[in-house]
Amino acid sequence: MRIGVVTFPGSLDDGDARRAVRVAGAEPVALWHGDADLRGVDAVVLPGGFSYGDYLRCGAIARFAPVMGEVVRAAGQGLPVLGICNGFQILCEAHLLPGALIRNDVRRFVCKDQRLRIESSATAWTAGYSDGQEIVVPLKNGEGGFVASDAVLDELEGEGRVVARYLGDNPNGSYRDIAGIASADGRVVGLMPHPEHAVETLTGPSTDGLPFFTSVLTSLVAA
Amino acid sequence: MPRVVVDVMLKPEILDPQGSAIAGALPRLGFSGVTSVRQGKRFELELDGELTAERLAAVDEAARTLLSNPVIEDYVVHTDAEATA
Repeated sequence: MRIGVVTFPGSLDDGDARRAVRVAGAEPVALWHGDADLRGVDAVVLPGGFSYGDYLRCGAIARFAPVMGEVVRAAGQGLPVLGICNGFQILCEAHLLPGALIRNDVRRFVCKDQRLRIESSATAWTAGYSDGQEIVVPLKNGEGGFVASDAVLDELEGEGRVVARYLGDNPNGSYRDIAGIASADGRVVGLMPHPEHAVETLTGPSTDGLPFFTSVLTSLVAA
Repeated sequence: MPRVVVDVMLKPEILDPQGSAIAGALPRLGFSGVTSVRQGKRFELELDGELTAERLAAVDEAARTLLSNPVIEDYVVHTDAEATA
């Protein structure tokens, strides 16, 4: 199973994402933002960081990178895509997911271990969790406030597309405590916290993030 | 050389933490009576050749797709004559 991890100029967590893929038992494949080529991978991870310096808006310029044309096309055909933090912002800018991410209401960059509740195990990236499972993974963002219209929020909730919610204090003002959402087919997931930093106890607060990367392997076998 | 200005503002219903921070700082500098600040972006695009209706439409398309995010922002396109008037 080969999972691509895209490196944009300014990506920070591509190395950790590739390691998480390897720890999960798949083969990580480094993809380059300037290449309109997915190298035949079975899934794609858009990692955290500050793509293109986050100039203009977070993820706005990355959305138009050559590789993203392929990601959008392949996602339309069911390719699983996970966007973490900056990757989530890119997925929203690319309209693969609804809504947008804005500056934290607390006006500070937030970096902490965050408790989450997995709200849906019915996605390609969360099938290894149980609904309602509580996990702890790192969170680090300055523009992590998820916003969308009430109609979109109601639709996401009604269709079971809220993937994860913040527990305890809402760290960034995200509407309805939403930490992650999924596409209608459950194959594209965007998440603001960082499961790739919680796959080994040596370097993370837990191994709670690992099922994000093992889930997709099961989903791919089932597909 | 024609110049087109695109102003982008967060939609009124979207919280603007940057504007709030500025609004909080103004009284500390002695500026009182400011009840709200919203921070936007201004883009100045210089074009070669003539500013035709087609090119203006292309700028509008760029403003809609790249310069602003319609989920959270509104934009206005001004031509140079308007912008400097």
